[in-house]
Amino acid sequence: MQKLLRHLSVAAFLFSLAACKPAETPRQSAAAPAQSTGNAITINGAGATFPYPIYSKWFDEYRKQHANVQINYQSIGSGGGIKQLSAGTVFFGATDGPMTDAQLKAASAPILHFPTVLGGVVPVYNIPGVSSQIRFTGPVLADIFLGRITKWNDAAIAKINPGVQLPSTDIAVVHRSDGSGTTYIFCDFLSKTSADYKQKVGVATSVSWPVGVGAKGNEGVSGLVQQTPGAIGYVELIFALQNKIPFAAVQNKAGEFVTATLDSVTAAAASASTTMPDDFRVSITNADGKGAYPIASFTWILLYQNAEDKVRAKIMADFLRWALTDGQKYATDLHYAPLPRPVIDKEMQALAKVQVQ
Amino acid sequence: MTRRSSDDRFFRLATGAVAALVLLIVIGIGFELTRQSTMSIRKFGFSFWTGTTWDPVSGDFGARPFIWGTLYSSVLALLLAAPVALGIAIYISELSPRMLRQPLAYLTELLAAIPSIVYGLWGVFVLVPIIRKLELATPDFLKKIPLFKGPPLGVGMLAAAVILAIMVVPFTSSVAREILKNVPSAQREAAYALGATRWEAIKVAVGYGKSGIIGAIMLGFGRALGETMAVTMVIGNNPQVSASLYAPQYTMSAVIANEFTEAADELYLHALIEIGLLLFIITIGVNMISRLLIWSMKARANRKAISMPMLADEAVPA
Repeated sequence: MQKLLRHLSVAAFLFSLAACKPAETPRQSAAAPAQSTGNAITINGAGATFPYPIYSKWFDEYRKQHANVQINYQSIGSGGGIKQLSAGTVFFGATDGPMTDAQLKAASAPILHFPTVLGGVVPVYNIPGVSSQIRFTGPVLADIFLGRITKWNDAAIAKINPGVQLPSTDIAVVHRSDGSGTTYIFCDFLSKTSADYKQKVGVATSVSWPVGVGAKGNEGVSGLVQQTPGAIGYVELIFALQNKIPFAAVQNKAGEFVTATLDSVTAAAASASTTMPDDFRVSITNADGKGAYPIASFTWILLYQNAEDKVRAKIMADFLRWALTDGQKYATDLHYAPLPRPVIDKEMQALAKVQVQ
Repeated sequence: MTRRSSDDRFFRLATGAVAALVLLIVIGIGFELTRQSTMSIRKFGFSFWTGTTWDPVSGDFGARPFIWGTLYSSVLALLLAAPVALGIAIYISELSPRMLRQPLAYLTELLAAIPSIVYGLWGVFVLVPIIRKLELATPDFLKKIPLFKGPPLGVGMLAAAVILAIMVVPFTSSVAREILKNVPSAQREAAYALGATRWEAIKVAVGYGKSGIIGAIMLGFGRALGETMAVTMVIGNNPQVSASLYAPQYTMSAVIANEFTEAADELYLHALIEIGLLLFIITIGVNMISRLLIWSMKARANRKAISMPMLADEAVPA
């Protein structure tokens, strides 16, 4: 008897080894038809880390109103979100940079973009002896990040900062080392204002930086900037606001030096809304209009236009309608800039494109 | 001898299966890494090993700065860690009062249990400012030497090497300690009998366990090669091939960790996975070289053993 038991346990052990195949849970749960586990419909999404706090708030609030809907979101990064959506392992994606034409073509079916909230990117700095707010223009920032302006008392910086006593300290450039939508937005603005930057560096979530050191995450960049005299970096507006880090004002297209606030970021989207393409794939950096902060961007939720699973498609469309209206009120508390009215109106119409039956 | 109970057979089968699993996993990793990086292998060929550009925007990838950064930081870490680890091991096994032995051994091993992100944070907030002060205090004549060139940023190769060294010490020292513990006391007694001082007796013991100690050091090297999080937080993440200790550089595992999540472009992904493949190949290479080193030392020791019978049986696991 004992012997038999021992045989069984060895056999069970071997079997458990054989069962150790790579897990494919996300694909199964996303692709399987609305199976009811206690009547709850689970919808899985993945993508950008930047909107994660507000998305979780939204999914939570939405769940309170619709007890049978459970929306899960993995903040694995925009690139990962696009990949997983294209591969069909999640039902919706989220990204900080719109999908490129090539990426859209590579996907198995048409994908729609829906802006949800707005974010901004701000330059942070640590100049010994300077406590007042510094101002930058796009070209000056570009030259600093290209390594052309190397001292804080450079004439180009001094010219736009009259009255500020700038030291001759070397500039230490700090950028993100991890791929990030923040880098994408920052480079997008610099490329629009400096042809050299566009040609030498370009726009992407990770770029080949001519100078500087890379730090991981907003916290890494701000940490390094704060402890390095002469450093300059860029972080998300939300991060700077939450941690009360002072940041620079940036000149917009209209020539004003604008300090980033939730209002000035929303203003950037509002001024861009008149010329917005129907698919919402638009960059709103360096936007026209008074009071618009120039380093701003949408963050998008991605949905298949004609998903096989109509039950889930209907829920997601309904969720987005709610997020764009009632849901927007949660944005400011979490330091996200809410969408301007014209963009919301346009999106509500576009939501009709999502096939729900 | 030939009669085996069925229990034995099952046991043999079970353990054999587990052993085969390891082999399968290694082969599987190699195969999968190659498969997933075909695009980049085909496009860049061998120039991937030597290229110095890493530009995701234009799709031009070369891994040399990362290979350099990984090897350079690990070698530096080893140079810093090996003497310290050996010192700890010798003190614990040979010199320390009996009462202190266990607590000391326990404490060094505790260092290995600290998560690397904690080391990284400590590096950013404590080590980097210290290194920045050191860099600022570097006299001008030293700054002319390529080893000390570069802006005083704090983050860079030196910070990475120091933090790696701290992380490697517990591994190397605890293995080295075990090796010294296994040196037969007859060795030491014989040395004393010949009138050796304590120092000379320790030299004999260390010499006896030489191949095992080299193994311990190589174990630390392997650990340093793969360390990611703590390194990326202090190395500066700037892909450049530089001999300077002050220059920000980059390692293979760090670039994968940093850029993989946001890499949506196919070629970019393949290039990142090919870096993983290179790291895999380099790790295997380093292990093979260390095996070879140990093996040749053993062979030499055995040859010597003909004239010195005492060294004949090596009790040291390699």
